[in-house]
This record gives sequence, C-alpha cells and structure tokens, in this order.
Amino acid sequence: MSRAFFALLLRDIRLAAGVGGGGGMAVFFFLVVVAIVPLGVGPDRPMLERLAPGMLWVALLLAALLTLDRLFQADNEDGSLDLLSAGPLPLELVAVAKSLAHWLVTGLPLVIAAPVLGLLLSLPPETMPSLILAMLVGTPALSFIGAVGAALTVGIRRGGLLASLLVLPFYIPVLIFGVGAASAASAGFEGEAGRQALLLLGAITLGSLVIGPFGAAAALRANLR
Amino acid sequence: MTTSDLRLIACDLTCLRGGRLVFEGLSFEIAAGSALVLTGPNGSGKSSLLRQIAGLLDIPEGNLLLKGGDGERSIAEQSHYVGHLDALKPSMSVIETLRFHVAYLEGERALIDPALEAVALGSLADLPVAYLSAGQKRRLALARLVAVPRPLWLLDEPSVALDKASVERLQSLMNTHLRGGGIIVAATHLDLGLERAQELRLGAGVSA
Repeated sequence: MSRAFFALLLRDIRLAAGVGGGGGMAVFFFLVVVAIVPLGVGPDRPMLERLAPGMLWVALLLAALLTLDRLFQADNEDGSLDLLSAGPLPLELVAVAKSLAHWLVTGLPLVIAAPVLGLLLSLPPETMPSLILAMLVGTPALSFIGAVGAALTVGIRRGGLLASLLVLPFYIPVLIFGVGAASAASAGFEGEAGRQALLLLGAITLGSLVIGPFGAAAALRANLR
Repeated sequence: MTTSDLRLIACDLTCLRGGRLVFEGLSFEIAAGSALVLTGPNGSGKSSLLRQIAGLLDIPEGNLLLKGGDGERSIAEQSHYVGHLDALKPSMSVIETLRFHVAYLEGERALIDPALEAVALGSLADLPVAYLSAGQKRRLALARLVAVPRPLWLLDEPSVALDKASVERLQSLMNTHLRGGGIIVAATHLDLGLERAQELRLGAGVSA
C-alpha cells in the first residue's frame, strides 16, 4: 500500500514540476501580486509594514487557489482517476497523496518565497521568523481543505472558479490566525497572543489533515457515479 | 493464476443513467478461461456494464460476484479496466508511465520490459506520451494488462485506433490470458477472434 502511495506522490510531484504542471506558476503569481501592492497603495513605508503580513497571506491564499482546480480534474479528464480507484489505495489515501503533493509543489515554494517578497513590502526583519513559521504551519491546511473543493467540482468544466468560491470561506480561519501569529510579533507583544494564534493555526491544519481526505474521497465517489 | 475455479456471476443487474433505464434484469455467468463479448447498438449500456463491474458506476439493483477470487480484495482490485480514455499523461515518457502503473498497482518491476515488448513499444520507451499516435497510446494503456497480472480484464473497445498487426497482438494476448484461466469481458464491434467466447447482446430493440 505504501508503495502505491509513494508512486502516486512522486508522479504528482513530477507532473507539477514538468511543463504545464503549474508548480512554478503559483510562485510567480505570488510574486506578481505582492509586487503590485506597493504600486496600488503607494510607497508609504510604515503603512506597507503594517499591511505586509496580511497582504502576504492574502496573496498566498490566492496563489494556492490558482493551482487547486486541476488537482483532481486533470486525472478525471484523461481517465487516470478510473485507474487510481482500481489500485490498492482507498480514495481517501489517494486524496492524501495528491493533497500532500500539492502542498510540496505549491505551498512549500510559496513559504520559501515569502521572506524574499516580504522585503518588497518592507516587512520588519524581526517579524520574518514568526511569519514563516505561521505559513509553514498553516499552508498544509490550504491544500487539504482545498482538495475537498477540487473534488466537488471535478466533473464541472471551468470548475476552478466554483472551487474557489466554495473553498475561500473555509480559508478565512487560516488567514485570521496566520496573520495573527505573524503580526503579533511585529506589534511587540510576542508572548501569548502570537503563540495562541500559532497553536490554533496548527489545530486547523491537523483538523483539515483528518477531515479533508474523507471529504474529498466522498465527493470523488459521488462524482464517479 | 491459481484460481481456475474463478467465476464472474451477475444476477439481475440494473443500470440507470441520468434517470433513464439502460438495462434491467441482466444476468450472466462467466467461467475461468472464457470471454464475454458485449455487443449492441450505441447507448445500449456496454460501457456502463463494464464500469459497473469495475466498480466505477453504481449498481442500483442486482448482484455482482467474483467467485473463487481473492475475498480480501474488491472486484475492482482484481480487474483491469481499459476504457475509452487511456489514462496517460502527455509529459511522462512511455517507460515512466508503465513504471508508475506497475508501482501504483503494486505489480512486479520485472514484468515492465516484457509488457513493453508485448505491445511493441520497446523502441519508444523514452519518448514522452505527447508524441505518441492514438494507436500507440492505446497500446501503452493495454500494456498494464501484461505488466500487472490480474484475473479479470474489462476492455471497452480495446481495438479502437489499433492497426492490423496490433489487433493481432491484442488477440494473442487475450487468448493467452484466457488459456491461463483468466476472464475477459469486452465490448466491441469487431470480431476479436477469441477462443471460448460467448456473446451478450445488449439493448436489442431498446434504441433503434
């Protein structure tokens, strides 16, 4: 069973890294969105500093959404999903493998890119570690919650927009506690508030790791029939 | 395959698609070593029946049983379903695709090369799937039949897009599978020249 799991995980990572896979696309989207923020709100440094954690999180959410719609749709269109459901893995574990691959090729590069982009928004250096930590803890939730939306819209043409509408409301807690964990540090009261936000963010991620795959598998089954 | 007492038994199967009754009261029994060839006009439910056996479509009424199979595994896990879609990724090479199929279905790596040879794609192993012709893609999809031995083959128009030599190769693969005690259910408009095949004609008179 683990052999099939890793085979699927590796295949998805390779496909995303290849031409048209969309692995790098999210990072470039992230870069573009963050780069145009100062153009929109003006080069006022104190304001940018205040906005930076929130803008980075919002841009990250949108970038993660961008690649989500193809998570199951591509496999559904070319018949791979039929093959995947004939393997030894239950659909729940298929969803885990695919969500994990999505996080590794989309979420993780976004987290790595965030500090560099933080410089563009003149993010205070002392905020950087807590922001990265919050993003590292929070981004898996984006992939695992998003998988449910992607699975629900798997059979719909241009379902990406619908998936975004379905999923975004569920991203709000991640956004709130993610920004909370990062900006508590920049506001000077590092101790309690930031730590609590980070713990809650971790709870959301752990919850989505458990619930997401079951939801996605149920949606896929309903769609296959 | 040690399961020579294998039987696929269908009892009073019903199929609904979008509220329309495609077929009902369908019963058949296939013994090890024989094939069931599904024929019938378009929309008579050949593909739907194959998808039902493969566990990809609900069975509203009736029973489906693989007797003498592995009780621990579902019918889907003991069968190969090759449908109209080839389940191939354009950016993966021929050999990568087959390696993935074997790893995912937990087959043996040693069978990858024989499988490529069986569908005559050995010389194209490193070519990305994007550059294959329709017939070559179909052959690659069929390669997993050889690469991962499973007792039940569910083939939906397997000969589509294949040239004459490839159809003959497919015939000999299918006959070898039957002689080894396997079961084949195939939907086709073409005479595949199978040994020990019975025909099931679907939807006679339903859709003109």
